Amino acid sequence: MTLLRAEGLAKSFGKTHALDDAGITIRAGEVVAVMGPSGSGKSTLLHCLAGILPPDSGTVHYRDRELTSMNDSARSELRRTEFGFVFQFGQLVPELTCLENVALPLRLSGMKRKDAERAARDWLGRLEVDGVADQRPGETSGGQGQRVAVARALVTGPKVIFADEPTGALDSLNGERVMHLLTTAARETGAAVVLVTHEPRVAAYSDREVVVRDGRSRDVEFAR
Amino acid sequence: MSIGHALLGLLEGGPRHGYDLKRAYDERFGHDRPLHYGQVYSTLSRLLKNGLVTEAGVEAGDGPERKRYAITDAGVTDVERWLATPEKPEPYLQNTLYAKVVLALLSGRSATEVLDTQRAAHLTTMRELTRRKTDGDLADQLICDFALFHLEADLRWLELTAARVDQLAVEVTR
Repeated sequence: MTLLRAEGLAKSFGKTHALDDAGITIRAGEVVAVMGPSGSGKSTLLHCLAGILPPDSGTVHYRDRELTSMNDSARSELRRTEFGFVFQFGQLVPELTCLENVALPLRLSGMKRKDAERAARDWLGRLEVDGVADQRPGETSGGQGQRVAVARALVTGPKVIFADEPTGALDSLNGERVMHLLTTAARETGAAVVLVTHEPRVAAYSDREVVVRDGRSRDVEFAR
Repeated sequence: MSIGHALLGLLEGGPRHGYDLKRAYDERFGHDRPLHYGQVYSTLSRLLKNGLVTEAGVEAGDGPERKRYAITDAGVTDVERWLATPEKPEPYLQNTLYAKVVLALLSGRSATEVLDTQRAAHLTTMRELTRRKTDGDLADQLICDFALFHLEADLRWLELTAARVDQLAVEVTR
């Protein structure tokens, strides 16, 4: 089943054309690596797909809804309920403990503290970082922090996880552990993963790859 | 991979016959490429001729008699030298791939297509290795990681070449 479909996306920043007729299709439950050199437009593509950035032209459909024609509040509601996000760094709230960070998306959706923290603790356990539940993000290692971020992305049961260079700040061993736990958890819950990376060994955790070059994406599978 | 040195190394643990050696080799190093019996026996006869192994009796069994081989002092020295010498950093696939890219450009075909096809094949292999690594023990993980890092190096080269393909086209068709 097709979950996300983008067609004819264009996006410019001043005179720089970040995307130029880019397209991609994401099916339910698949892990897709978006690859390409720095500056090729892969992060912009992810931001347009996730409804964070509006494209200058082109459309993005999530199931039967067109993201590109929604208003801001409808888009942010969709991001909170259907999508999860993991970035390279700087995504956890430094003043909150790791447990509170993971519980935060549930609290924002109105869940009681006790229930939200129970679910958060469960996810910290699945990501093998229950030991840092009461620590603040600044007190954890890079690898632990990213696992907490993955737990926070998964705690709401999203249908799509957008991961932008999730291992970019980690060494090989920690990066691979994060990728293994992220893709295993996503497969268990049936969430699709859109994984932006320029590292082939990280992309090797995906089911297939889409290559972005000069703002154009080549969705090899759908081009056949 | 020098099969001769690998067999000598295995014989350092004690004398073995050819079939036993093949089994030990395949178990440790031959996951993807098990040895043929012919390779084992031709390697052993070369090692024998060079004085690196010696015959150490015959084992009687149900089938044909089986010669046992033992490593000699010269063989041990040879293994030591092999272990102490670094492997030549080989240019792996680049020569063949470079030739394909250049020939594609010269013939007006898409060099990017050649590179994309190769990238897809590399990533498919990398996915298989990643799966094998995930399910495997530490030895499997280390063997797979070695292959993964090499394939990654090839892929980085493919990326860099893809980024320079227009420039290369100008040069080769000049």
